[in-house]
Amino acid sequence: MNVQTTEAEEAQAIVDAKQSRIPNGSGAAAILSAGFGCFAVALLAFIADKSTAIKSMMIVYKPTGPLSGVTTLAIAVWLVCWLVLELRWRQREVAMKKISLIGVGLLLLSVLLTFPPIVDLL
Amino acid sequence: MEITVRGLWTLVHGMGFGALYLLACSGALIELWRYAAGNRAEPTERDEKLLRWWLMAMAALAWLTVLTGTYVIYPWYRAAPPAGTVNLAAYPQRLLISSASTRGWHTIGMEWKEHVAWLTPIAITMAAVVFNKYRRSLRGQPELRAAVLSFVAISFLAAGIAGFFGAMLNKHASTEGGATIRMMGADQP
Repeated sequence: MNVQTTEAEEAQAIVDAKQSRIPNGSGAAAILSAGFGCFAVALLAFIADKSTAIKSMMIVYKPTGPLSGVTTLAIAVWLVCWLVLELRWRQREVAMKKISLIGVGLLLLSVLLTFPPIVDLL
Repeated sequence: MEITVRGLWTLVHGMGFGALYLLACSGALIELWRYAAGNRAEPTERDEKLLRWWLMAMAALAWLTVLTGTYVIYPWYRAAPPAGTVNLAAYPQRLLISSASTRGWHTIGMEWKEHVAWLTPIAITMAAVVFNKYRRSLRGQPELRAAVLSFVAISFLAAGIAGFFGAMLNKHASTEGGATIRMMGADQP
């Protein structure tokens, strides 16, 4: 019984050791690109609100109107950013604190920038 | 007891996917917090697996919520009535705009909801992917862990805003129409 427990613990320790070596680059890429993607939703919505020409360009599905283009483009921005950053950072250790702050900051800014009274002030 | 097809879709979008996401989100926040807490025993394989699947299910719910909202219900909400239409009951956006007392539900409520809701699937998909990749090693990466937790918390806020305005919009100008589905019969009085 003790032998089995020790083997299980050793196997777990190997798994833990492998996992603890995962560089933080992939996580940072996911966080920063999510921040960019969210900010893209807010920024594109803001631009479409201010420009009639861009608003018309954002209509990719007529029944839904400009929202279809705003969100489709923002999702594309998010996924492309994620892919590029993942390829660049996946094997690296990066400045996680700074990247986290930027990612979370962009997300909070996106919540504010989608609030219509704030959009009207700008 | 009857419901229209549009009413049923609205129910599935809001009460089904959206409300379920909010419920799941409160659970995920607590579990992520507990998972990372330094004073807690090492999470088991089972705990980890549960949280992985939980976050993936939340991501699926978030996507289903915004996609049904944007591509199924929103077109009914913003449909333009034919010229000369007097009864705007089937045109929720126009019905809300037609009165000063309800205009704000569209100009602030729907305008905010339609965009802020889209932050949720992006944030929770990121959280699910990061958790799937790092699993228990997330315990040793406090900054990464804090960022994931913050994204999940803000996704909860965004979904809450969308959910609140969705409920209020449906109260003031519900999306109704289409075929009627009879759910249960009632005895004649």
